[in-house]
Amino acid sequence: MPRRKGAPEVNAGSMADIAFLLLIFFLVTTTIETDAGLDRMLPPIEPPEEDVIIRQKNIFTVNINKNGQLLVEDELMNLKNLRTAAIGFLENNADGSCTYCKGKKDPASSDNPTKAIISLKNDRETKYSTYITVQNELVGAYNDLRNREAQRLYQRDFTDMESEYLNPETPSSVRDELKDKVKRIQDMFPQKLSEADTSTN
Amino acid sequence: MAKFAKKKEGDLPAVSTASLPDIVFMLLFFFMTVTTMKDSSLLVENTLPNATEIKKLEKKDRVIYIFVGKPTQEYQKVFGSEPRIQLNDKFANVDEVGSYILAERAKKPQELQNVLTTALKVDKNANMGLITDIKQELRKVNALKVNYTTYEGDAFNNLQ
Repeated sequence: MPRRKGAPEVNAGSMADIAFLLLIFFLVTTTIETDAGLDRMLPPIEPPEEDVIIRQKNIFTVNINKNGQLLVEDELMNLKNLRTAAIGFLENNADGSCTYCKGKKDPASSDNPTKAIISLKNDRETKYSTYITVQNELVGAYNDLRNREAQRLYQRDFTDMESEYLNPETPSSVRDELKDKVKRIQDMFPQKLSEADTSTN
Repeated sequence: MAKFAKKKEGDLPAVSTASLPDIVFMLLFFFMTVTTMKDSSLLVENTLPNATEIKKLEKKDRVIYIFVGKPTQEYQKVFGSEPRIQLNDKFANVDEVGSYILAERAKKPQELQNVLTTALKVDKNANMGLITDIKQELRKVNALKVNYTTYEGDAFNNLQ
């Protein structure tokens, strides 16, 4: 009987196989998902202290009925035209105080972007998908205008700047620089999208 | 003078596979670290609508999820086919939303409690009535930052 020379070496050849097995398991179960969606702020439940008087011409009313039809400023409108109509309303610039607007200066429409308010109302039976489409178009109208101004001032899109600003991986030096730019563009076209209580009839 | 014996021509040296386990382990660790196991199973149908003007929800620890949709096939017998709210792992009524948000908020660290976002994952076939009720509940508990979670895509596909 030959003498044993210590413990025999363990064969590591199958190590790769085992590792592959685990790798494939994690590959299959991984979901690298980042959720994305439309950010909105709800109005606080307490009514504001003093009543703010808003002139009717500064309000852009959008009503969605239960069949998903749109009533914009008391006229039936196709959803595809909503974005253009909202842009036209926001930069209408009736009082001429907005130097960067390219609107028609229609005296019957909004005074300037800081006063313009979009009011969205929906029926209880409106479908959620229609509501999201309308929200998307209205947010898109603001973004289109902001992008235009950001291109003019900083030669890049506002949405691009904002996402870089909100990204936690952006170094803080870049963030500080972006903060002022983002703020400036936001102030040019402040997002005033009000959602009044749903009508019941 | 041939001091160095020439290697035989045309004989390919075998590629060493000794470092293969290392490479595989590297990949394995990558996937192990990025994997997130789903923490709640869906009891409702959840086909989200499409939108283009979306923003990413960056930090997972600052998000509270609310699911809304028709109960899935197996639950329809018990809960009917009208859209319902799912909080964590069970169905809930509208009036439970407020206390759920408060309970979730209390679980988070102090410094995050003011920056929480409520992600509404709503099936595209749900009606706005339920959503309006949820929004009202959220306003009552002062959870004003909401995110209507959507897929990225042309918003007009929603209408079909």
